[in-house]
Amino acid sequence: MSEPLLKVEQLCKSFGGVVATDNLDFDVMPGEIHAVIGPNGAGKTTFVAQIAGMLKSDSGSITFDGNDIAGKTAPERSHMGLARSFQITSVFKNFTALENVALSIQAHAGHSFKFWKRASGDKTLIEPAQKILDDVGLGDKALNLAGNLAHGQQRQLEIAMALATSPKMLLLDEPTAGMGTEESEIMRKFLNDLKGDYSMLLIEHDMDTVFSLADRVTVLVYGRGIATGTPKEIRNNAEVRSAYLGEDE
Amino acid sequence: MLSKLKLSILIGSFLILAALPMVAESEMIDEPFYIDLMARVMIFSIAAMSLDFILGYGAMISFGHALYLGLGTYAVGIMAHYELTNGWMQLLVCISGTAFIAFILGLISLRTSGIYFIMITFALAQMFYFLGISLEAFGGDDGLPIDTRSEFFSFFDLNETWNMYYLILGTLVVAALVLWKIINSRFGMVVRGSHSNDARMQAIGFPTFKYRLAAFVIAGVVCGLAGFLLGNLTEFLTPEYMHWFRSGELMIMVMVGGMGTLFGPLFGAFAYLMMEDFLANFTEYWQFYFGPILILLVLFAKQGLWGMLPGKEDISDE
Repeated sequence: MSEPLLKVEQLCKSFGGVVATDNLDFDVMPGEIHAVIGPNGAGKTTFVAQIAGMLKSDSGSITFDGNDIAGKTAPERSHMGLARSFQITSVFKNFTALENVALSIQAHAGHSFKFWKRASGDKTLIEPAQKILDDVGLGDKALNLAGNLAHGQQRQLEIAMALATSPKMLLLDEPTAGMGTEESEIMRKFLNDLKGDYSMLLIEHDMDTVFSLADRVTVLVYGRGIATGTPKEIRNNAEVRSAYLGEDE
Repeated sequence: MLSKLKLSILIGSFLILAALPMVAESEMIDEPFYIDLMARVMIFSIAAMSLDFILGYGAMISFGHALYLGLGTYAVGIMAHYELTNGWMQLLVCISGTAFIAFILGLISLRTSGIYFIMITFALAQMFYFLGISLEAFGGDDGLPIDTRSEFFSFFDLNETWNMYYLILGTLVVAALVLWKIINSRFGMVVRGSHSNDARMQAIGFPTFKYRLAAFVIAGVVCGLAGFLLGNLTEFLTPEYMHWFRSGELMIMVMVGGMGTLFGPLFGAFAYLMMEDFLANFTEYWQFYFGPILILLVLFAKQGLWGMLPGKEDISDE
């Protein structure tokens, strides 16, 4: 049994009196997709923000790739190989799709105190960016402004930007949020293609996506992990059904 | 990229500016006063452009940017007061001084954003204004005449109107070109990206703070250079240039010209100072008439005069 790529132990975070993350233990094995589900307000996005370094944890440890990253900033974690996507689409709308991805590559191509050469004519940024866009199927949209892309394409671009940082692990915060059935299906297929190449922490509301992609599922309720197991185990877990799945069915 | 039309207008404007002294002093026109007026316009163009660099592209809404204008005049004035009139030395002090102060103030103010950033830049600039008032050695709030203009070369005497004018024009052209290159460089992409979505920039691996701080310092230094020229042109040092009212004027110039369009503020400064000059001929209360014009511009031309021209500028989004 190999070591987990991401290991979270006894993680806590509260906002005033509200406990958002409550002594949470969690891990992701190399190559695994570990999904986190839970009702609204369960603390899923807070959890992602803590791992990505946007929120400081109150206590607990986060180990990534053998290093304790609790004290690292978000950019430092990005450079260690953690890439996140956002629940609310946050591509740079007035940049082209190509410029969006090129910016991700630039972030990992040394410092950016380069004041003279035109960035959008820089082959060392543009060529790999175009290749990633081709890979995710947005190649022909490269020169469109990101804000003009369809919602589903923006979400794909968002993940392309994460991929451009050459990550070891993806933190995906509801990649199918706001999508119709058809778009969700495309995203599901897209993520399935990435499966195996990247470890993923997948936050998701869409049960079809979770149960078809995830190797393991953790159910979060009020910041607590109430159950972890294979999709099948979770589906049959009585506590989970009453706490969460039951509401839907 | 600039559209062909905008590029032609820009180059055309620079050519007109280059020809202006000859025309103004020709026998037909004989209004040398225009040389002085346009020299002033160009100085404020540089200052407004430097503000737009952080305000329009970096979403750093500095309400104390005129501070650097004042610091530039103080650099010239104080050194001239002690008979240190070597232009190169003055320039060195001006650049390093404004860079240092912008660095310290940026370190403090960039920890905040939004309304807090506006207020803290305002407060810090006002501190310097009151410091200037209290410096009796340099005239306090009365200011101090600058007896000698900066001395660069023996063959380039700044007391000659034309030399002064072309030094200002040259600085304007170089500043515009350099800032334009910076905006489109890797560095510029980081600043514009963090305007658009700072959290996202950090998530893809940019420690944005140091880039924003560097942009803040660059803007301060360029504005300091405008102050350097202003001190030489007006031959007067006064804390009044650091007052928040001046910072507000710079913001208006940026808005009139077009936020996030680097060259717009050049025309914003022109329009504002001309309007002031023109309306002031009719009434002491010229701002009463200027107000509605500004409101109309803000309501109907979000990207100001420059934005009214066809050809979309690739500016950072909201």
